[in-house]
Amino acid sequence: MNNTIKLRVKRSATDDFDEFTIPVQKWTTVLECILHAKHQFDHSIAVRYSCRQATCGSCGMKINGKPSLACFTKVSEIDSDTITVEPMSNFPIIRDLAVKFDRLFENHRKVMPYMDNTPPESSRMHIQSPAELDKFIQFANCIKCGLCNSACPTMATDTSFTGPQALAQAYRYVADSRDKDKDKRLRIIDDSHGIWRCHFAGSCSQVCPKGVDPAMGIQLLRGYMLGLSD
Amino acid sequence: MDTNKDNREGIGGMANPGRYGIERVAYWLMRLSGLGLLVYFIAHIYETSSILRGEVGWNELMAMTDTPEFHIVLIIVIGMCVFHTVNGIRVMLGHGGVGVGRPTRPDYPYAPASQNTRHKIAIYSAIVLAAIAMVYGSTVLFGV
Repeated sequence: MNNTIKLRVKRSATDDFDEFTIPVQKWTTVLECILHAKHQFDHSIAVRYSCRQATCGSCGMKINGKPSLACFTKVSEIDSDTITVEPMSNFPIIRDLAVKFDRLFENHRKVMPYMDNTPPESSRMHIQSPAELDKFIQFANCIKCGLCNSACPTMATDTSFTGPQALAQAYRYVADSRDKDKDKRLRIIDDSHGIWRCHFAGSCSQVCPKGVDPAMGIQLLRGYMLGLSD
Repeated sequence: MDTNKDNREGIGGMANPGRYGIERVAYWLMRLSGLGLLVYFIAHIYETSSILRGEVGWNELMAMTDTPEFHIVLIIVIGMCVFHTVNGIRVMLGHGGVGVGRPTRPDYPYAPASQNTRHKIAIYSAIVLAAIAMVYGSTVLFGV
């Protein structure tokens, strides 16, 4: 691997790419490359980031055409000396690599990502077995980075689609044995632009940096609504 | 300045399907074959409706379609039909939550269970079966 890479950053003002030569080491991440370009060459590059450890979900962007977290993608993992970074697709651009999350959060709120966990009258606490926890814990790992919505081919063409992020979260609460709002939540997603619009391309699961597998959640939820799975 | 304010990939997002693996290629082929079969279906209705013009009309259209070019179109239709059917069965089962795996506690590096080997085998089988059907179709149509 060379000690430098060419970083191409999509700029919203010109709708073109700016190129920078960045020194790298085997542990350098794409986010570090962008910050190097920002600090050393052009401080007007707009990029959102925070935790640098794939926990906050802020630095989602398209890296060589594929939605990824910049802090979680090492340069050495990319089989190229040229790295192209663009804002995530299917999100309105604020500037350069920073995009608006309004719609993702709106859809997330729409599926009621909380539970009515009034404890049963007979007890003051909910008892949940490890098997019951396993049914949804994977989906609780979602960090709302939006990579799944960016990769989804339905999101790319349908402006009203709820999106894989929100639908996977709907499954997370529907599968939770403590929740009492299941029917209300199912009525919300039972829509032609809701759960039935997913075509199981699976790209959402391919790009998820936390192993959430939204495609599985959506299909299991659909199977549940069709009476095919429990 | 980008005029697409939502920055949507649109239909263009279907280009380069390989970046998301074979599942996205199957998604792309499914749409392509679906549209192809719809066009064929409409053309087929037009073709068979020529019987209303009597034997002469029918024979005229048969003579027009009995060419190597039309045979190639038919071979492609056979391939689209077989792929769409086999992959359609896979997708329908998947839509019902069948064969997509069970939720678990994921370990790094995360391999999505819904994109499992069974689905990959089904996709490759659909492609191989379509290819076999096309080869058989060409032997029948071209008599080789």
